[in-house]
Amino acid sequence: MTANRTVTLAHGGGGKAMKDLIADVFVSAFANPALAPLEDQARFDMAAIAARGDQLAFTTDSYVVDPLFFPGGDIGKLAVNGTINDLAVGGALPLYLSCAAIIEEGLPLALLRDVAGSMARAAREAGVVIATGDTKVVPKGACDKLFVTTSGIGVIRPGLELGAHRARPGDIVLVNGWLGDHGAAILAARGDLALETPIESDCAALHRLIAALLEAAPGMRCLRDATRGGVATVLNEFALASEAAIEIDEAATPLREEVRGFCDILGLDPLYLANEGKLVAIVPAEQAEAALAALRRDQRGREAAAIGRVADGEPGRVTMRTAFGGSRIVDMLVGEQLPRIC
Amino acid sequence: MKYVDEFRDRAKAEALIAEIGRLLARNATVRRRSLHIMEVCGGHTHSIFRYGIEGMLPDGIELIHGPGCPVCVLPIGIVDDCVALAERPEVIFTTFGDAMRVPGSQKTLLQARADGADVRMVYSPLDALVLARKHPEREIVFFGLGFETTMPSTALTILRAEAERIGNFSVFCNHITIVPTIKAVLDSPDMQLDGFLGPGHVSMVVGAAPFRFVAEHYKKPLVIAGFEPLDILQSIWMVLRQLDEGRCEIENQYARIVPAGGNSPALHAVAEIYELREFFEWRGLGSIDHSGVRLRERYAAFDAARKFALPNARIADPQSCQCGEVLKGVIKPWQCKVFGTACTPERPLGALMVSSEGACAAYYRYGGVRRRQQGAAA
Repeated sequence: MTANRTVTLAHGGGGKAMKDLIADVFVSAFANPALAPLEDQARFDMAAIAARGDQLAFTTDSYVVDPLFFPGGDIGKLAVNGTINDLAVGGALPLYLSCAAIIEEGLPLALLRDVAGSMARAAREAGVVIATGDTKVVPKGACDKLFVTTSGIGVIRPGLELGAHRARPGDIVLVNGWLGDHGAAILAARGDLALETPIESDCAALHRLIAALLEAAPGMRCLRDATRGGVATVLNEFALASEAAIEIDEAATPLREEVRGFCDILGLDPLYLANEGKLVAIVPAEQAEAALAALRRDQRGREAAAIGRVADGEPGRVTMRTAFGGSRIVDMLVGEQLPRIC
Repeated sequence: MKYVDEFRDRAKAEALIAEIGRLLARNATVRRRSLHIMEVCGGHTHSIFRYGIEGMLPDGIELIHGPGCPVCVLPIGIVDDCVALAERPEVIFTTFGDAMRVPGSQKTLLQARADGADVRMVYSPLDALVLARKHPEREIVFFGLGFETTMPSTALTILRAEAERIGNFSVFCNHITIVPTIKAVLDSPDMQLDGFLGPGHVSMVVGAAPFRFVAEHYKKPLVIAGFEPLDILQSIWMVLRQLDEGRCEIENQYARIVPAGGNSPALHAVAEIYELREFFEWRGLGSIDHSGVRLRERYAAFDAARKFALPNARIADPQSCQCGEVLKGVIKPWQCKVFGTACTPERPLGALMVSSEGACAAYYRYGGVRRRQQGAAA
């Protein structure tokens, strides 16, 4: 089958071509004992899992990014790291992932292999196992090249309780580095802006960084990765759930010059750009220093910063003190950000 | 960012605000009300909210957000025409992003796209021309909107299309012109304005001369202003200084971009391609004479309005909408009957709630709800 250079509907037919595709592309890339028996389900030893915590965390996410490959990552790396992060921000140690691929007929096999290889590499680096999977091939036009869904299972250790509702006035808001890189990189990579930028996606697994962070700041109130909708959206979710106000300081917000310039030209607000390796954490003030130090010790948190605090103001309201000295409200977006005409 | 951050300097801002305060205090005793300064341009409105400039200004001065957001003043009927064009199977309809959310009588362009129309967001009319070369079997329509700022790029694209003999490209021309609009605002009987921040980007094209009537006939100061926050503060200070010294002139704060005589190649292209319409229908403001342009007969082949049959219906603004009074500065956005209740960014009734440059959307996003509550309590 390696002679075939693109995926065809025959690869989704349930017969030999499909088995070959799965074996050739996915199983060989993901090679691990949980997947090897090729049963319809992965099976885990309960006792081994229970030994690592007292709560099971379970999450799922679909990845439909366009383009499939972009500076700093690709759909495969994104699908692994994104689901790992969704587990990790709940305080879970990520253990197992599933991988379901919906493939548009005509997709080059070499490209599919690259994506599977990238997933395998990301999983190996993160120490998680891709334990089960599925492939479907759909007719041309029924999906856009390749969609990937990953679900993840992780374990939360006893005594850990993080929640968006736990922020209290006086708490400090932390982020682990430059904001908006992923969103800007994807917009630029689509190529219809005629803007060339050196910006790369920040796509990264954050579970080790989060483990270090939780050790340094055991009183951590809430954590979330700032993906779609960016930091602004996460802060609004925290403020609403906690019935508190949050004030951030524009001058303290880590933004690359390139991302600032990119947003200025297009009339976009970097606070709403997606990230794929950035978290927002709310910690009690007395643990903020230790938390920040822990973040900065890790390569993924080198540029970490305290960007604001939880305040007594109007519940659910997020405001920003602008670097210029003014103040403005940072609201939820209604839809996607649309570039302005002038 | 070099050459940008210098215009966002906080210490300089504080010094300017102190100066503004000093000028305001000098004449405070003889004034019966706050000074009203209108920023004509939506880009200014956006900067004012983004940097929180309103809250930094001393008492005794109010900024009135004028009609210079081209997306906001699009009438419902035009949006319906856009949707009708976009829904033609042979058409790829191209538009600037922020026009996609403006409600028509049935749907927005975003909804039309979801229903199967081929609507594409572009950043320049030249992007639309690229599509025309790439898809010779389709008809590419570019939605030409905006003031003199975007008029030249549409004109130059038509000239390029003609030179390359591209037959499947046309423009749905709804460009508008700012001068008659400022005049309409000044002629409005309920107008209470003391001075203007002039539109920087428009002036970059047309120069300073077209605004002379504001000073000469209406005796109001106008300062052509840049878009960085210090530009805006300095321009406000310049208007106040004129008022303080009893002058009314056209001054140019944005001289680093705006030449006194404008941009002559751009003006040539504009004169070549467009002619004035008898009148143009504005959302909120109604019909204003000579405030819009259309393509000249010679370029009819590139005119989507001539090439395709359009519904061309004139549809009245919703009755509860007070967009016109907000645009003229008669009421503040939060004083509108439907602000934040029947009219929100999720379900905008009036266009001022649609675009991020619209005064109502800006107030709603950046603090209007609070202002409204304070207003109600007062």
